[in-house]
Amino acid sequence: MELRTFDNLIAQRKEEPETKPESEKQEAKSPAANPIKVETRNLDFFYGPLQALFGISMAMPEKSVTALIGPSGCGKSTYLRTLNRMNDIVEGTRIHGEVMVDSEDIYSSQVDVVELRKKVGMVFQKSNPFPKSIFDNIAFGPRIGGQRNKKELEEIVVRSLKQAALWDEVKDRLHSSALAMSGGQQQRLCIARTLATNPEVILMDEPASALDPASTSRIEDLIFELKKNYTIIIVTHNMQQAARVSDFTAFFYQGRLIEFGTTRDLFTTPKEKQTEDYITGRFG
Amino acid sequence: MSDVFQRRLKRRQRTSRIFELVCLLSTWFGLVVLVVLLTGLMLKATGTWDPTATGAAKATENWLTPTLLTNHMSSDPERAGMVASIWGTCWLILLTALLSVPVGLGAAVYLEEYAHENWLTRFIRLNIANLAGVPSIVFGILGLTAFVRMFGFFGDPTAIGVPLGIGMLKIPLPFGKSLLSGAFTLSLLILPIVIIASQEALRAVPQSIRHASLAIGATKWQTIWHQVLPASLPGVMTGVILALSRAIGETAPIIVVGAASYIRFNPGNIERMSELVTKADGLLLVPSSQYTVMPLQIYNWVLNSPDPEFKNVASAAIVVLLVILLLMNGIAVYIRNHFSKRLDW
Repeated sequence: MELRTFDNLIAQRKEEPETKPESEKQEAKSPAANPIKVETRNLDFFYGPLQALFGISMAMPEKSVTALIGPSGCGKSTYLRTLNRMNDIVEGTRIHGEVMVDSEDIYSSQVDVVELRKKVGMVFQKSNPFPKSIFDNIAFGPRIGGQRNKKELEEIVVRSLKQAALWDEVKDRLHSSALAMSGGQQQRLCIARTLATNPEVILMDEPASALDPASTSRIEDLIFELKKNYTIIIVTHNMQQAARVSDFTAFFYQGRLIEFGTTRDLFTTPKEKQTEDYITGRFG
Repeated sequence: MSDVFQRRLKRRQRTSRIFELVCLLSTWFGLVVLVVLLTGLMLKATGTWDPTATGAAKATENWLTPTLLTNHMSSDPERAGMVASIWGTCWLILLTALLSVPVGLGAAVYLEEYAHENWLTRFIRLNIANLAGVPSIVFGILGLTAFVRMFGFFGDPTAIGVPLGIGMLKIPLPFGKSLLSGAFTLSLLILPIVIIASQEALRAVPQSIRHASLAIGATKWQTIWHQVLPASLPGVMTGVILALSRAIGETAPIIVVGAASYIRFNPGNIERMSELVTKADGLLLVPSSQYTVMPLQIYNWVLNSPDPEFKNVASAAIVVLLVILLLMNGIAVYIRNHFSKRLDW
């Protein structure tokens, strides 16, 4: 099969008619055929006088996994945090350009950042459960959203834990402290907690970097499962991980987007020399 | 070469041992003084032995008796008790806590969670630290002007009634020599300590908790109220209790704002625990009531009593005060240890 770049896929998507013949059903499932969920245009980002991102333009389709790779300090985490405005809480930051979720500029004054973060959830590098019970951790999101019905809260907790593949391990101790769980379980709890507010996009900032290989592989399986329903954008240091879980990969270097394409293309036939050097381990 | 090295080595090791000894002595100095003080007090209070006794004042009786805790003041040292000052201290500390905790915690939350880092907040922080070092007598004089007299704003003393469920809460204006004046003054005194302790407790809550909460779609208020404050509560409570145990021992500002030196009733005429329920309407009279406190009672027994036996009664009262202080500090340590075990990030 001919290898295609992401740009080509996008271009092709526009040309393709909405209704596809039966024979192409398999192709229609491929993420690139999905509409764009998250997009940035000429995104510049500043920490005070320091510019961290330079004109990032990229578009991530719905129900796909996009991996952001690059050496430390390349801006990939900063980029991720612009997508749910978590950078807002850092003093002295500025942003130019556009960040669109569902074609709506999330930095426009009409957007309520609280609403946005319900829609664009986030999982952090270090698992950060609240010092409360497992149940209360997951119920927190729905509760602050106004859900008071006990039965519905229970349903949400059970559903989220099942989605995060954690239910079987914790179903007998929902009311014990989340801090007593193992690191891998805590991270899956954080994913479940994010799922509980029904997000559409999930941002993950090196979610497995502090975990052992077994826990890492469970998180990766989970990502694979979740992309059926969610748009996932993941920052990772681990190139094997990017290759395993993602449909698209973006390579960042010194605040610039060097290359963005399907994961297969980027890893097999990188267009840029820097990408090739990085993925073959010559630097980074 | 080795000879010189050997000599030097010996000298260096000797210096090292001397330094260790000096540090050890410094540690023991404070402890020994405290132990001597406490032992002397206990002996004097129980009448076992009086190191300072001269002539007639020889301590031969046990003054640390139940009647000390239940009786009112009397000119007879045998019957004299400190019950009014115990209740007075309890009410004063309770009111002080009710006033200083919300204000102190509020200020700390603002400074830690909301304030932007600029010259104004740095200036405020610096001055809160400075206020913590202001002598308590200065706060006493401030309290006298601001609360007891209210700058002479009310020509004639008046009062307003605040309707509550169980009756009218009487608030005198100006506050005069009431518990309210004392509580407001002590609140000002400990506010810097409460603010600083609360700030440290808030700072000890990991940022990751705030990020997690915000990333779920919680507002700043929800993040602070549901996550940050509960997580910081052990630290806040420890700081508050330590601040309050400083307030308990304060004498000078309380004298200035007019605690009574001779008083034979408790605030609100509530004489025992059960009356907190049976005489609930008395609760409403507490804030406007006259009062005395334990350190002031001790001060008066030591300096203003004609009968020298009262000096021994004062020793027994000091033991009571110290026991209450140690209990409060013990509770603070317990809270810190108990809760920090559960909050092991």
